[in-house]
Amino acid sequence: MDMPELESKVCKILAENLSVPESQVTPKARFQEDLDADSLDLVEAVLALEEEFGVTIPEEEMEGVQTVGQAVQLVASKMGVGA
Amino acid sequence: MPEGERTVALVTGASRGIGSATCLALARTGLAVAVGYRSDPEGAEETVAKARADGGTAIAVSIDVRDEVSVDGAFGRVEAELGRVRVLVNNAGYTRDGLAVKYATEQWDATVETNLTGAFLCTRRALPGMLKARWGRIVNVASAAALRGNAGQAAYSASKAGLVGLTKSLAREVGGRGITVNAVCPGFVHTRMTEPQSEESRQRYLEMTPAGRFGTPEEVASVIACLAGPEAGYVNGAVVSVDGGLTA
Repeated sequence: MDMPELESKVCKILAENLSVPESQVTPKARFQEDLDADSLDLVEAVLALEEEFGVTIPEEEMEGVQTVGQAVQLVASKMGVGA
Repeated sequence: MPEGERTVALVTGASRGIGSATCLALARTGLAVAVGYRSDPEGAEETVAKARADGGTAIAVSIDVRDEVSVDGAFGRVEAELGRVRVLVNNAGYTRDGLAVKYATEQWDATVETNLTGAFLCTRRALPGMLKARWGRIVNVASAAALRGNAGQAAYSASKAGLVGLTKSLAREVGGRGITVNAVCPGFVHTRMTEPQSEESRQRYLEMTPAGRFGTPEEVASVIACLAGPEAGYVNGAVVSVDGGLTA
């Protein structure tokens, strides 16, 4: 899987989990401010990403993630997908 | 409850006493029940046999709630054989009475690990599936000792009071997702756990219990089954005493 493909998959899962239109889920979108996601929404989204991609994302690594782009990067790093 | 899906329950510490009675009560309401046990596989198999004789679906599952790996393995088995756990009853409990001034650290740790950490580990493992389903029921079996102090039970009562705190915080964390987390607090119930109590201590409890008798595991189980049912969706973070009035 290359980066654009991964990004589109991650965005789709995030849109589904956060119940927002896919068009709003852009790399710059901030979870809390732009997508109205609370901390449990984020954990749920991470659980869905873990299941989809077969990766494990520890809680401490989620802490710095504020935007969709950062979430994509985090999943990419876990999967060894380069930019 | 998710439409068209068989509801699966896991009860820990279910080879006897309240856990066993809870399995039978849940099986009678049509749930597929995983009978969790640690030290007594025969008791668990007996519970399974009784549930099946009643027309229910049940399997026995080895689970040491103090051990993350064991918890994960047990949930994996339940998922493979019955489906994802939608109802979790954290019932596995441990007690060894003794006055705090001479109480061994190892006993303290063993009590807290089983009664409190064990419930947390099972709950953490169960929650992702419940969150995804937007439905779940967690019932923590605490104790009247969580609400009133008991000389000689500092560790037990502290661990059970901790379980009440866990219940209330979890209720707030996941209450918006169709998941309820409640606690029941049994008083003096005839089980193997209360067998070692001295006759004098039994008599004292009896005097403090307005019902004038001890409870049965079935009386606690029916309250747990009610909290675990689809109709109890608006009961969340509750601490329900089943103690014949002991803490009234």
